Amino acid sequence: MSAAEAADVPRLTPRQVTWRRRKDSFGRSWAEFSRHRSGLLGLTVLTFFALVALLAPVLADSDGLSRTTAAGEVLAAPTADYWLGTDEYGRSVLTLLIHGARVSLLVGLLATVISMVLGTVIGIASGFLGGRIQALLFRLTEWFLVIPFLPLALVLATLLGGSLGTVAFVIGVTTWPGTALLIRSQTLSIKERPYMERARVLGASKWHLMTHHIMPNVMPMVFANTTLTVAGAILTETTLSFLGFGDPNRVSWGTMLDSAFSNGALTLGAWWFLFPPGICVVLVVLAFTLVGQALEEVFNPRLRERS
Amino acid sequence: MSATVDVAAAPSEPSLPVDPQGPVRASRSSTWVWVGKKVAGSAATLAFVVVVNFLLFRVINENPARTLARGRARTPEQVQEIVDKYGLDDPLPQQFLIYLKDIVTLDFGDSYEYSQPVRELMLDRLWPTVALVGISTILSIVIGLWIGTIAAWNRGHKFDKISTTGTITLYSMPEWWLGLILFSVFATGIGPMPRLFPIGKLITTGVDPWSLDGVIDQAWHLVLPVTTLTLAYLAEYALVMRSALLDEMGEDYLRTARAKGLRDVIVRRRHASRNALLPVVTLVSLNLGFIVSGAITVETVFSIPGLGLLTTDALRIPDVPMLQGTFFVFSAAVVIANLVSNLLYGLLDPRVRV
Repeated sequence: MSAAEAADVPRLTPRQVTWRRRKDSFGRSWAEFSRHRSGLLGLTVLTFFALVALLAPVLADSDGLSRTTAAGEVLAAPTADYWLGTDEYGRSVLTLLIHGARVSLLVGLLATVISMVLGTVIGIASGFLGGRIQALLFRLTEWFLVIPFLPLALVLATLLGGSLGTVAFVIGVTTWPGTALLIRSQTLSIKERPYMERARVLGASKWHLMTHHIMPNVMPMVFANTTLTVAGAILTETTLSFLGFGDPNRVSWGTMLDSAFSNGALTLGAWWFLFPPGICVVLVVLAFTLVGQALEEVFNPRLRERS
Repeated sequence: MSATVDVAAAPSEPSLPVDPQGPVRASRSSTWVWVGKKVAGSAATLAFVVVVNFLLFRVINENPARTLARGRARTPEQVQEIVDKYGLDDPLPQQFLIYLKDIVTLDFGDSYEYSQPVRELMLDRLWPTVALVGISTILSIVIGLWIGTIAAWNRGHKFDKISTTGTITLYSMPEWWLGLILFSVFATGIGPMPRLFPIGKLITTGVDPWSLDGVIDQAWHLVLPVTTLTLAYLAEYALVMRSALLDEMGEDYLRTARAKGLRDVIVRRRHASRNALLPVVTLVSLNLGFIVSGAITVETVFSIPGLGLLTTDALRIPDVPMLQGTFFVFSAAVVIANLVSNLLYGLLDPRVRV
C-alpha cells in the first residue's frame, strides 16, 4: 500500500472497525449458508409462515374466530366456501389455521428466548466460573437433563394453569439444559485460548471476560442452537395444547388438534380438521430444523467437510 | 421429543471427561470405584427428583385441597376430611418427612379420583406401557440403526437421500399426530380405506387376556400404537447413527481394514459400525425422556390403559397423589435406564472408566 493510498483510508473508530468486521463475517456466513439448498428451502418455508402469521387479520377476518357467530355447518367436509371444512362450532378451519400460526409461532419464539437466556447464562457460568458454583450448576444441568421433560412440563402446567405465557414459561424452563451443556463445552474450549490469557494478564475482570470475550464467541453456536430449540418448542407447545394446556381463549395448531380429538374428529373421519394443523406443525418444525442444521455447518467448520 | 438434540454435532463432543494422562487401562478395583460413582450420581439425581416432586406439589401448589375442590362438587367437610387424611395442615418439614417415608416404602397415598392406593393402580397399568414401549424401542433401535448405517455407508445415494428426508420429517412430527393420522386412516377408515384395525383400547371387551385369543387380540390392538411409536423413535436412532458413522468413515483404521483385503460388508460391520455405536449410546441415553413423552401421548390417542393414559386422566382432575406417583415412576425409570446405559458405555469403551 502506497503512502497516498494510506492517507485516503478514512480513520475508523474501534466501534466502526468492529462493525465492519461483523458485517464481513456476516457476509461470509451468508455466502456459506446460501450454499445449503435445504437451509434455503427451510428459510423460504419460514418466511412464508412468518408472513401468514403477520398478515393473519388481512388474510382471514378475525370475526371468523368467534364461536357464537360461526355460520358454517358443524364439522362439515371441505366445500367451495370452506376450503378446509369447518370445526365443531362451524368455524372455517382455514381461518383457524391462519390465526393459529400466530399463537404457535409466538409461543415457540417466546419459549425459545427463555430457554436460550437460561441455557446461555448457566452454560457460560458453569464453564467459566470455577469451584463450587461450577459444580453446582453442572449438577443442576445434568439433573434437569435426566428428568423426563413432558411429565415435568405437565405437572408445571397443571399447577400454573394454561395460558399463552405459562405455556411458554413451562417450555422454557424445561428445555434449557441441552443448550447449557452445549454452551458450557464451547466455553471450556474458548477459555483456554491465548487471547483470553492476554486479556486476563491485562487485568480484565471475570465479568469483562465473560461478556466481551466468551459471549461473542459462543453467540454463533447459540444462534444455530436457537433455531433447533424453536423447532422443539413449537412441537412441545403443540403437545401441551393437545393435552389440554393451551390458552382456552386463543387458537393455536395444538388447541385445534385438541378440539378435533376431543370432539370425535377421529371416529367421524373428519380428516380436514386433523391433517392441516399437523401438516403446518411438521412444515414449520422441519423448516427450523433444516435452517438450524445448515447454520450449524456454517459455524462449525469441522462438520462442513462431511455431509 | 427432546428439543435440543443436536444430531449433527453431538458425536464429536465426548460427553465424559478424558484423562489427560491418556488412556490408562483401568484396574479391576478402579472399575468398581467408577461403577460406585455412577450409582451414587444416579442416586443423587433420584434424590433431586424426590425433592422436586415434593416442592412442586406442596410449595407451588400451596393449597392442594382447593385444587382438589376445583371443578368438582365437594362440600367443605369433604375437603377438610381429605386435608386431615393427608396431613396437608401440618408444617412443611413434617409433611416432607411423611412424604419421604412414603416414598421409601413406595406408598404414594390414595388416588383422589379412584379412592384406591396409587401404587396398586399403577401396578395394574404397568404392563401395557411396558409392552408398548418395550416392543417399540427394540423395533426402532433395530430398524433405526440399520437405516442410519446403510444411509451413511452410501452417502449421497438414493437410499441416503430418501431415508434422510424421511427420518428428518418423522423427527419433526409430533408422535401423537402421527398416531392420529394412522388411527384415522387404518382404524376409522377414510374414503375407500376399510377398517383394518380396532379403534383404540388394548383388548376387545369380554375376552380373557390370558387365553390364546386374548393374546392375539391384544397383539392386534397393539399394531397401530407400536407402529406409531416405532416410527417416532427410529428417526432419532437413524439420524444419530448416520452422523456417528460419517464421523468414523474418514478414519485410518478403516483404510487399514480395506487394505487388508476385507470385504466392504465386513469393514462396515466389524469395524466402522461398532465404533459408531458409542456416541449413539450416549445420545440415546440422554433422550430417554422422549420415550416417556411418546408413551404418554400415544397411549392417550389410542386409549391404551397404561401409565401414560393414567397420567393424562389424572391431569384433568387434577389427581395430585396420582400425578406425584406417575411423575416419580417415570423419572425413576429414566434415571435407572440412564445409569444402565452409562454402565454399558463403560463396558463397551473402557477409556471412559478412567
